[in-house]
Amino acid sequence: MTYSKLASASAIVLAATTLSTKANAEDLTLCWAAWDPANALVELSKEFEAESGHTMNFEFVPWPNFADRMLNELNSGGKLCDLLIGDSQWIGGGAENGHYVQLNEFFDAESISMDDFAPATVYAYSTWPKGTPNYYALPAMGDANGWFYRKDWFEDPEIQAAYKEATGQDLREPESQKELLQIAQFFQGREIEGKTVYGAAIFTERGSEGITMGVTGALYPWGFKYENTPGSYDMEGAVNSPEAVEALEFYKEFYKTATPPGYTNSYMGESLDAFKSGQVAMAMNWFAFFPGLYADPSTGGDKIDFFVNPPQNQAGSTLGGQGISVVSYSDKQDAALEYIKWFAQPAVQAKWWELGGYSAHNSVLQDPGFVDSAPFAGDFLLAMNDVQDFWQEPAYAELLLAMQKRIHDYVVADQGTAQEALDLLIEDWTETFEDEGKL
Amino acid sequence: MSDRTVDRVAKATPVRVARKIRGLSDRAIAWIFISPTIFLLLAINIFPLIWTIQLSFTNFKANRIGREVKDVGFRNYERILTDSDTWLNMQATAHFLFWTIFFQVLIGFTLAWLLNKKFKGNDLWTTIIVLPMMLSPAVVGNFWKFLYQPQIGLFNYIVSWFSGKDPSSFEMLGSVQLAPWAIVIVDTWMWTPFVMLICLAGLRSIPDYIYEAAEVDRASKLRQFFTITIPMVLPFLMLAVLFRGIENFKMFDLVVQLTGGGPGSTTELTSINLKREAFEKWRTGYASAYAIILFVTVFGLASIYVKALNKVKQR
Repeated sequence: MTYSKLASASAIVLAATTLSTKANAEDLTLCWAAWDPANALVELSKEFEAESGHTMNFEFVPWPNFADRMLNELNSGGKLCDLLIGDSQWIGGGAENGHYVQLNEFFDAESISMDDFAPATVYAYSTWPKGTPNYYALPAMGDANGWFYRKDWFEDPEIQAAYKEATGQDLREPESQKELLQIAQFFQGREIEGKTVYGAAIFTERGSEGITMGVTGALYPWGFKYENTPGSYDMEGAVNSPEAVEALEFYKEFYKTATPPGYTNSYMGESLDAFKSGQVAMAMNWFAFFPGLYADPSTGGDKIDFFVNPPQNQAGSTLGGQGISVVSYSDKQDAALEYIKWFAQPAVQAKWWELGGYSAHNSVLQDPGFVDSAPFAGDFLLAMNDVQDFWQEPAYAELLLAMQKRIHDYVVADQGTAQEALDLLIEDWTETFEDEGKL
Repeated sequence: MSDRTVDRVAKATPVRVARKIRGLSDRAIAWIFISPTIFLLLAINIFPLIWTIQLSFTNFKANRIGREVKDVGFRNYERILTDSDTWLNMQATAHFLFWTIFFQVLIGFTLAWLLNKKFKGNDLWTTIIVLPMMLSPAVVGNFWKFLYQPQIGLFNYIVSWFSGKDPSSFEMLGSVQLAPWAIVIVDTWMWTPFVMLICLAGLRSIPDYIYEAAEVDRASKLRQFFTITIPMVLPFLMLAVLFRGIENFKMFDLVVQLTGGGPGSTTELTSINLKREAFEKWRTGYASAYAIILFVTVFGLASIYVKALNKVKQR
């Protein structure tokens, strides 16, 4: 009798221990793109593992395949990812197709306030419908498209003199898009340190999102708008406005006159390679890469500096970055929410920035020491003030691929005029919105 | 001996079973044997085909399962056939198909004819020539991308050595004029050995006595070539063209690696466009209609071709 009681008690204790362990310690999988900030997040998450007892696994997919891989995963209701740091443009589809868990109740219960994050990032990464207080993600990684350049070349007296002679102006960080092109054209084909160098590396990639992310860096400063009235899908006169046409012609001229030969299908990787190999004087890329560029032993440190995408008719930068969402098909949503709660803490956000991630938390961005904390920190703040994003509609992939085609056809393949390219783009987008029942 | 075995098996079969089997006609037994294959064929080929046809008349999107699916009639077909981009994709595919087959047949047959001559190192050369087709298309695409690189690519340097042009003055993959030829060159490099092997098999199947008889009749080498070699190799050659035609009509991996369909849409073959519509834009209904149009095109062309092939064989 005593033995049977003891055995029963032991069994209950054992079962309870097993159950509680299962309830508390989960194997979580976080999905994101494979790039520098992802490595920083792995490092950061070790603290979460130590605090919570959960184990973090990571599924990082290279950028060119990231959207394909992750959207297929979501569309098939896959359970691979418990947490997903998805692109800002996916928020509409994530919300409307039920892929992401709505976080409002969780935020209220855990006193996580969206007012603690930069408004542009909350708007872009978290809300759907746009601007409404319906949150499907926590801003995780602020980002925008910016520029970096060979500071050592810009400061070289001989090069400065040659530039002055050629243009009558001082060689400096460009203050307008046209000045940016002028500098790039000056460097194009120039002999520096016994090597032929070129103006700038810009985005021209056709397959995923490259050329769209590049050309919007020119369109936004010229005043490009997707709709005449937000939410109306009234695109005629906005998408193909005279300013938009001029900006598109500008981007083509940039591609034709100031980029390295063979630069027809280039995105982030190619831009980094061109700069690090000393091929170009300037390059566009996402701020996310800037810590790595600054740390590069051959072209970083004193040889590099950074600037925000120059204005033209107005300031404007292409938004990058992502929010972190809980995948609705996950069986471990409680643990995943626990991760988001931990990640939202100001101390964790400060460490995130320190490790190379771009925090969107006001406590980090508004810290008096932030601007001086890195050579690109001030530019990042400037960029985030004037960011614009692509459509975030559920049909974003269709809208994006149409733009990729029309822009690449015009800029790289020399087909038609800028006006025709934008007119055709409106036709494509109108067809998509009609299919969606929005027009 | 075998009769006795049959007798033994017949005797060993239980009477009821034997009666049942005896009751089945030959046709019924044939159906029993082929029914698993027919079932698989229906499940894997016919059912998806019928479903695709049905989807092609809807606005279904595979990534929007909850959305109401509407019958759109022939709208998808109308859109595809009236879209000028579709015809540009068709043109790009036709260009790729025609020129790859042309060069592969020409070079493949020539190589086979040369290798058919008995010379020292014949086997070694055959092995070296067939190496490209043993590689993965992804690998081939990637290293040809390097070869075509305007600043460091070997291809550009070789052309510049012959032409005296600056290597970085032309872009094989970035130029609208050159990119369609760049993919033709790579496919020809990779798959000519396949055509060559089939031609070689054809050439080696021609009995020597036919040539000997022609020699006795004082037929010239040229006449022997056109009246013996070509007609006897032709069925093999046509088979090779059929295989390469079908393969290249659905060409995807190599071209995606090389150009991604660019510059612009210059090398966007129909299969690349179909993949974009189906699995990137997720326009499942539209992509189904596109697939049906391609299926009808290939099926029609292949049927005509196979009839021609049979005629040549009968000759």
